[in-house]
Amino acid sequence: MDSALFLHRLHFAFTVTFHYLFPQLTMGLAPLIVVLKTLGLRTGEDVYNQAARFWARIFGINFVLGVVTGIPMEFQFGTNWSHFSRFAGGVIGQTLGMEGMFAFFLESAFLGLFLYGEGRLSPRAHWWSAVAVFVGSWLSGFFIVATDAWMQHPVGYFRSPDGAVQLASFWELVLNPWAWWQYAHNMSGAVITGAFVMASVGAFYLLWGKFSEHGRIFVRVGVVAGCIFSILQLFPTGDRQGVLVAQNQPVTLAGMEALFQSQPGAPLVLIGQPDMDQRRIDNPVEVPKALSFLTYRHWAARVQGLDEFPESLWPQNIPLLYYSYHIMVGLGTLFIAIMVTAALLLRNGKLFQSRWMLWVLLLSLPFPYIANTAGWMTAELGRQPWLVYGLMRTADGYSKTVSAGNGWFTLLGFMGMYTVLGILFLFLIRREIEHGPEATALAH
Amino acid sequence: MATLWFMIVAAMLTAYVVLDGFDLGAGAIYLIAARTHDERRTILRAIGPVWDGNEVWLLAAGGTLYFAFPQLYASSFSGFYLPLMMVLWLLMLRAIGIEFRTHVENPVWQGFFDVIFCGASAVLAIFFGAALANVIRGVPLGPDGYFFEPLWTDFRVGPHPGVLDWYTVMAGVVALVTLTAHGALYVALKSEGDLNQRARRIALILWPVQLALTALSLAATLYVRPQVLGNYREYPVGLLLPLIVLGSLVAMILTMRQRKEKAAFLSSSIYIIGMLGGAAFALYPVVLPASTDPSYSLTISNTAAGAHGLAVGFTWWILGTILAIAYFVFVFRMFRGKVRLQGGGY
Repeated sequence: MDSALFLHRLHFAFTVTFHYLFPQLTMGLAPLIVVLKTLGLRTGEDVYNQAARFWARIFGINFVLGVVTGIPMEFQFGTNWSHFSRFAGGVIGQTLGMEGMFAFFLESAFLGLFLYGEGRLSPRAHWWSAVAVFVGSWLSGFFIVATDAWMQHPVGYFRSPDGAVQLASFWELVLNPWAWWQYAHNMSGAVITGAFVMASVGAFYLLWGKFSEHGRIFVRVGVVAGCIFSILQLFPTGDRQGVLVAQNQPVTLAGMEALFQSQPGAPLVLIGQPDMDQRRIDNPVEVPKALSFLTYRHWAARVQGLDEFPESLWPQNIPLLYYSYHIMVGLGTLFIAIMVTAALLLRNGKLFQSRWMLWVLLLSLPFPYIANTAGWMTAELGRQPWLVYGLMRTADGYSKTVSAGNGWFTLLGFMGMYTVLGILFLFLIRREIEHGPEATALAH
Repeated sequence: MATLWFMIVAAMLTAYVVLDGFDLGAGAIYLIAARTHDERRTILRAIGPVWDGNEVWLLAAGGTLYFAFPQLYASSFSGFYLPLMMVLWLLMLRAIGIEFRTHVENPVWQGFFDVIFCGASAVLAIFFGAALANVIRGVPLGPDGYFFEPLWTDFRVGPHPGVLDWYTVMAGVVALVTLTAHGALYVALKSEGDLNQRARRIALILWPVQLALTALSLAATLYVRPQVLGNYREYPVGLLLPLIVLGSLVAMILTMRQRKEKAAFLSSSIYIIGMLGGAAFALYPVVLPASTDPSYSLTISNTAAGAHGLAVGFTWWILGTILAIAYFVFVFRMFRGKVRLQGGGY
């Protein structure tokens, strides 16, 4: 691979992967904080407001990191991917521009009020500021997903004489069916992260024997939300997303499943290692005919394998794509098992006494982050070799004027900077969790 | 339509400099003006609820630039690759300087983030001034509309300049002085006692420097790029802009002497609007001049997005702007008046 191309891909991949650790929690926590504020408003019990304040502080730290690592993403469209921007800016400039005008202003204006204005606002007005932060963060998510969805499945454009694409239909762009299913799937994934983190911190307090009243609220809200959204993640959102891939990017599906040969009644591989030389799966554990059924709702349906496509159209890194996809699906299945079990225990009133289940909730904290990351890797690796599916190859999109040497300079700079940010983040979050919800003072 | 979007992007960037300018300036005077723990908290509390919203104007202006002039975005961002990446790092450092400092009540921790916040603010102000000067002076564009500018060459203004030369460094100093005075007037507006006095004194001391630098930068610009006079000759109404600059400078010193804090801050804001407006007026319709061959210059017509997209965008842009202004008015009203140091946060 061309070293500048490799560098620019790595640059974006590294910065976006680190970035998305933070928004997935803020987008996931925002609706849960609204739930806590609503409970506080309804019951009039201060413990819910303390709980909301505690999560607002966690939200605030995550938000700062989400913003400072997010600005480089917008910049990199121009700095590292200028040929792509020149080509596609006439279309995706719409969604990226709208993100700034509609989401960022809303979010930043009301986050200040939400974090520092509780003493100046009435309880109802403060509730509204929490709702505004929630709406702002979810709008931001929509515009970004709509941008990525256009790259996966371009619609509403025409080719202008200079070769670039221009907007033909605003509504086709915004109502892209790919965008809406991907958005639902992505936001559900974010709520899963928020729910698991909340339940995990709650389980920690219950096992510790401190802040137990808050811990029970965290576990209850986390488990209920986690149960609902783990199921929504599989069906309908994940299922519909899979059907869209099968219909529009069949070679991507073949790569995700590492299905080398087309066949009727194709099996679903659960575990196994893709062997690119022999073109087969080593040590496979499979469910016969399941892939055909999941893709076409028909056990004997024929599924297209990689052999039907020229190698120049294959995703370049099939093993990594295959593993990302399988890690995402495997963890998603595990989340349903954990959250449904916890929800049943909660219904029977036994959850807070089941120390083993609390341990499971506590230790499951990192896995939604891994699943969300793996999901995005599946989407982005699966689109290769295309940057805009069917229209522009990744190899044609990067900044030809920025040499690999300059790129390495800034990539190493980001790596150093993000290491420091990551250490500071963990240090501050650990402090907040140890101080607990009661120590959080009311801000004026 | 492209002309309209040129004005919109220029207006948004100006809004950014006026708004984020005061919190950058507040950061630049932070270590000098605020000596005690409570004074430092007062400055942070004064900008705390608004600095992030102010910075969003940069992001929104960037997003709008990307939408309206994708070719300009592609060319300038890849051409200014290294300085832009450094701006990103400085923005990061500054944000964590403001936000992480208050989480730990420890003088060593807070002292560290104080220096980060102050230093990053001052260097950012210099970078933004130098950036504007690069756009006025011109960059080594090739026939394909791309360029890559090194950080420096021989510090001279020629066909192959670097990001830093004597002209852009001078503009960086102008920006630092202007925004420092602007921030000092904002801190004065939001504070009482010793801090208020020191902030006002900083602005007063800086005023003659600002006056001299304004004259110097004007002369230097005419020397580096005489073409800037073209639009003023053709449309003499543009001469109002330098008059606004001069008038607001006079208003600044008069209001400062009379201790009219709000009027002084507004005068400084108008000064910034006049300076940036004057630069935009002089550039139009060029958006990025070429130092190599004038025919390679990027203009609004060879960088704009398609006509349909620009027309559709205007609808949502108007709606978004009305909403954004409503939020800002609401938030600034909520946190109006002098800062009081009770309760948590910063």
